[in-house]
Amino acid sequence: MQTSTLFALLLLLTLVAYGSGFSRALGAARKGGGVRNLASLPNYYGMHTALWCGLPALLLLGVWLVCDDSIIRALVLGRIAERPDTLAGQHLLYTQIQNLAAGSLIGQPTPELQAAAAYLLSLRNGGQILQTVLVLILSVGFGSYALLRIRPEFRAREQVEKVLRKLLLACACAAILTTVGILLSVLFESLRFFRQIPVTEFLFGLHWSPQMALRADQVGSSGAFGAVPLFTGTLMVSAIAMLVAVPIGLMSAIYLAEYASRRVRALAKPVLEILAGIPTVVYGFFAALTVAPFVRDTAAAMGIAASSESALAAGLVMGVMIIPFVSSLSDDVINAVPQSLRDGALGLGSTKSETIRKVVFPAALPGIVGGVLLAVSRAIGETMIVVMAAGLAANLTANPLQSVTTVTVQIVTLLVGDQEFDSPKTLAAFALGLMLFLSTLILNFIALHVVKKYREQYD
Amino acid sequence: MTNPTSPAPLTDKQSQVRERIAQRLGSRHRKETMFRLMGIMSVTFGVLVVLVLFTDIIGKGHGAFVQSAIELEVDYDPQVLGIDSVSPETLALANFDAVIRRALQARFPDAVGRNNRRALFSLVSSSAPYELQQQLQENPQLLGQKQILWFTADDDVDTYVKLFADNKRGHFERLSEQKVAWIQQLLDSGELKKRFNTTFFTNGDSREPEQAGIRAALVGSLLTLLVTLALSFPIGVSAAIYLEEFAPKNRWTDIIEVNINNLAAVPSIVFGLLGLAIFINFFQLPRSAPLVGGLVLTLMTLPTIIISSRAALKAVPPSIREAALGMGASRMQTVLHHVLPLAMPGMLTGAIIGMAQALGETAPLLMVGMVAFIVDVPGSITDPSTVLPVQIFLWADSPERAFVERTSAAIMVLLSVLILMNTSAVWLRKKLERRW
Repeated sequence: MQTSTLFALLLLLTLVAYGSGFSRALGAARKGGGVRNLASLPNYYGMHTALWCGLPALLLLGVWLVCDDSIIRALVLGRIAERPDTLAGQHLLYTQIQNLAAGSLIGQPTPELQAAAAYLLSLRNGGQILQTVLVLILSVGFGSYALLRIRPEFRAREQVEKVLRKLLLACACAAILTTVGILLSVLFESLRFFRQIPVTEFLFGLHWSPQMALRADQVGSSGAFGAVPLFTGTLMVSAIAMLVAVPIGLMSAIYLAEYASRRVRALAKPVLEILAGIPTVVYGFFAALTVAPFVRDTAAAMGIAASSESALAAGLVMGVMIIPFVSSLSDDVINAVPQSLRDGALGLGSTKSETIRKVVFPAALPGIVGGVLLAVSRAIGETMIVVMAAGLAANLTANPLQSVTTVTVQIVTLLVGDQEFDSPKTLAAFALGLMLFLSTLILNFIALHVVKKYREQYD
Repeated sequence: MTNPTSPAPLTDKQSQVRERIAQRLGSRHRKETMFRLMGIMSVTFGVLVVLVLFTDIIGKGHGAFVQSAIELEVDYDPQVLGIDSVSPETLALANFDAVIRRALQARFPDAVGRNNRRALFSLVSSSAPYELQQQLQENPQLLGQKQILWFTADDDVDTYVKLFADNKRGHFERLSEQKVAWIQQLLDSGELKKRFNTTFFTNGDSREPEQAGIRAALVGSLLTLLVTLALSFPIGVSAAIYLEEFAPKNRWTDIIEVNINNLAAVPSIVFGLLGLAIFINFFQLPRSAPLVGGLVLTLMTLPTIIISSRAALKAVPPSIREAALGMGASRMQTVLHHVLPLAMPGMLTGAIIGMAQALGETAPLLMVGMVAFIVDVPGSITDPSTVLPVQIFLWADSPERAFVERTSAAIMVLLSVLILMNTSAVWLRKKLERRW
């Protein structure tokens, strides 16, 4: 049976289980003299039966779906005497067998391949039948067990709530699972990368050219993995972005919080927030087609040579993207500064700007620093703008008018297209991802800590 | 009685201080104005950028909603077509190319010579034979007859008509003088017109700008978002309920909370790495499929949804819970029957904002292979597909000038969907939110 039909059947069974649990509870109650004799409301008996009927079978189905492809693959490949050693070779072989089984392989297959394809088909069919039978047995079996347990004194509600609570907890753990998943995936592949390329070369090498030679005599594709040019490029673009975003974001937050009339605030704030909702790919397009040519032409008019994919253009647009982020975070902390501090300063005769600069700003500083750190971590991790506007050449330069490349750009270029999970070229992307994850994690951690500590002061 | 208007005489020291204050007053007020001006300039800058961005994109993209078409009289001559009856088999073999060429030659008999003719034939899009084939398939009785039809013009012709023909400024380097003369002739006689570009909304991607559309990407986006919503909303709300209503205050809960806050700030591309390594490489799920894209976006939007759902739950006053508990409801009943319905509007708002975020996301989807060149509209969540932002990214990379226009138009579509989603979130919040 197809998995989707099986799933639909399972849902139907669960519904039936609910109905029969409900009516059996009512029947049991009638013998004893009415619903009030039941320990729980009748629908809880229904739910209890439905949970027993549906959950174990659903779990089995999920595990099956996740595992069956890998198991079948291992079994099929195990039958073949001369397996290629590399992952890519195995993948190619298995794809061939799959195509043969689907009847779409072009060319003459060897008898061994044909045998493997036949084996694959028999495994798939057998697996499907086994899956259907097991799921149905599990569902009907547990369902009837739960049905038989229904007695008037059986506390169904407590059982159901216990299960529901476990389910809620499981959902809450999804966040932890995600973090573990991220860590495992980048760490595992990075370790494989560092087995081939020493960590010191990656962290301190000055030359980045990840193209590996296909043949030994090829020119210009040595495969160098020194990531320093990427780090400096990332830092330069982020620094330009922060130079734009921090003053403008902060000043507009101050103006809107302290000076602007209600009407101006009601108009300007949503407009600034539009900037936060624009997808990064749109900023990338804007940077590549409008800002970059503008920067190049302006530089040329001043007699300076500028690359058409400059760090400056990418940084400027990224700064614009981060403005609303900085301004809304600083707006929050500025508003959290107690009014009494302002009143005190104004009462002593200081002007409004003096109050803001000498009283409100220092009081809000920890929160603002936290917000700026969060903004930095965003700038470092931003991808589309730099992919579209910053370029691919790994230049080690301090000139913002030249093209630089960043960590995220390299991750994208290394992974878009064909991947081979045993070449350092693909694995390098995961090593870069690990660096990115760790640096943003540390920044976030410090930022959240600073913000939290500050909040405790005034609450 | 002392006279209030005459103050006590000042000591020397006092008058010195007053004088210094009065002297500094001017510069202090100037600084105040400067500071205020800086604030105004910052806000204006932000607003200006929004305006520039929108005018730039609308200015570049509005043209893509119309498309030049050329009127030609075609002759369904069975001899030229090489068929004698209309059936799917014969139509597949029929030579529609020749019919179009004849029609063009009949219109411009002055085009002689190999190069000239080739230039002439490239006035209409390479999709013209298919348009013709479709015509004949729908009306088989046309065989042997003549018909006047509008054909989609080639992208270079289209670009010329939109950018150069009206104000006759400059010269479009991709067109020869001869071709420009033909186009002017067609324009003057009304045989070349700009019509609403339905292709843009009905086609998938194409290498030819005039045949490229956003339908496949839109459907791909929709499928991906459906997967994301179906997974992230129930999981996010459940997680929020657990953390807000049931979680004991202990180390374990703290770890979960710190985790969620950190995940909210992890760069989106890292989620793409996770999707590639775990969903595609480990679990062997299909590449480029909305299923995988949706899974990755689920993980990415979960923190947003959890955080906003928790805020919505927090906003429900404790008195509701106390009343329900006092009436003998269990804690689960209190939450499911009373707190959750009251918090739902806030949760929905959060979900819409999370979905808007997912809709605009590009980088993680590049990692799981949704950058493929997709012509067909995907039919299920396991078909290879692309999404609107990725389509924008792909088109932005294309060298043809006509793609700039289409990229901007696709951005306009994306932005209008996003604005619609965000305003509906705001509207929902205003409409359903209760103040306690």
